[in-house]
Amino acid sequence: MAVPLSYYLILSGFVFLTGVVGVLIRRNIIVILLSVELMLNATNINFVAFSEYFHNVAGQVFVFFALTVAAAEVAVGLAIIIALHRANSSIYVDDLNLLKR
Amino acid sequence: MDHIFFFYFAGVIAVTSLLVVALRNPVYSALALLIMFFHVAGLYVTLHAEFLAAVQIVVYAGAILVLYLFVVMLLNVKTEERYHNQLPVAGLLGVMLCTEVILLLIQSRTAASAVPGDPVITSGNTETIGEVLYSTYLFPFEVASLILLVAMIGAIILAKKDIGDTVQ
Repeated sequence: MAVPLSYYLILSGFVFLTGVVGVLIRRNIIVILLSVELMLNATNINFVAFSEYFHNVAGQVFVFFALTVAAAEVAVGLAIIIALHRANSSIYVDDLNLLKR
Repeated sequence: MDHIFFFYFAGVIAVTSLLVVALRNPVYSALALLIMFFHVAGLYVTLHAEFLAAVQIVVYAGAILVLYLFVVMLLNVKTEERYHNQLPVAGLLGVMLCTEVILLLIQSRTAASAVPGDPVITSGNTETIGEVLYSTYLFPFEVASLILLVAMIGAIILAKKDIGDTVQ
C-alpha cells in the first residue's frame, strides 16, 4: 500500500503556508529567514514526491539547485543581518524604517 | 507500513514547522527547524531519495542551521514579546489559502490520488542522480557554483566591519 501523492501535496502546502504566515507575523529577521527555509523545504518535498511518482530523476536534481540557492540566501541574509545589527543595534523589522523617516 | 512512516514524519514536520513560527525565542525556533530537517530527510528516505536525505542532513542541519545558531548567539537576540502588527492580515491570508488548498484537493480527488508504479531506476539513487546532473544539467550545475562564489564574496563584504568606512 503506497501513500497517495495528494498526501505529500497537502503536507507541503501546509508547511509552505506556515512559512508564509511566519514571514508575515514575526518581527525578528532571523525567524523570518527561518520561515523562508520552511517554504524552500516545502517545495523540496513537492519536488521529491513528484520525482518518485513520475519516475523522473530531474526532480531530485532540482532539489540540489534549490539547496544551492538556499545556502547562498542564508550566507548573504545573515551577513545583511549582522550589518543591520551593527548599524541599528536592532533586528526587528518594525524598527527598520529609515526610508520612511 | 508506508502509511505509518508517512504519518509519523508528516505529523512531526507539521508540528515542528508550526513551532518554528510560534515559539518566541529564536534559539528554540532554530532547534525546532533542526528536528524538522531530520524528519524531512526521513521522508526523503521513504521516497527512495537516499542521497538527498544525506545531503539534507549534511547541508541543512549541519551547515545552514549551525550558521543560524551562530548568528543568534553572536547578536544576543532577546525573546520577542509580541508578534508583528499585521497579524490579522496574515491570519486572514492563511485561512484564505488554506481553504483554497482544501477546495482544490476536494475537487481533484481522483486526479491527485495517483499511486506510484514500479520503479524503473535499476542502478543506485546516487549513481542515477550523478549521471543526470553531470550530463543533462551540466550548465545549471556550473551556474550554481557561480552563485555560491558570488554569495561567498557578498557575505564577506557585507559582514566585514571596516569596509563601509573605507568607501566613505
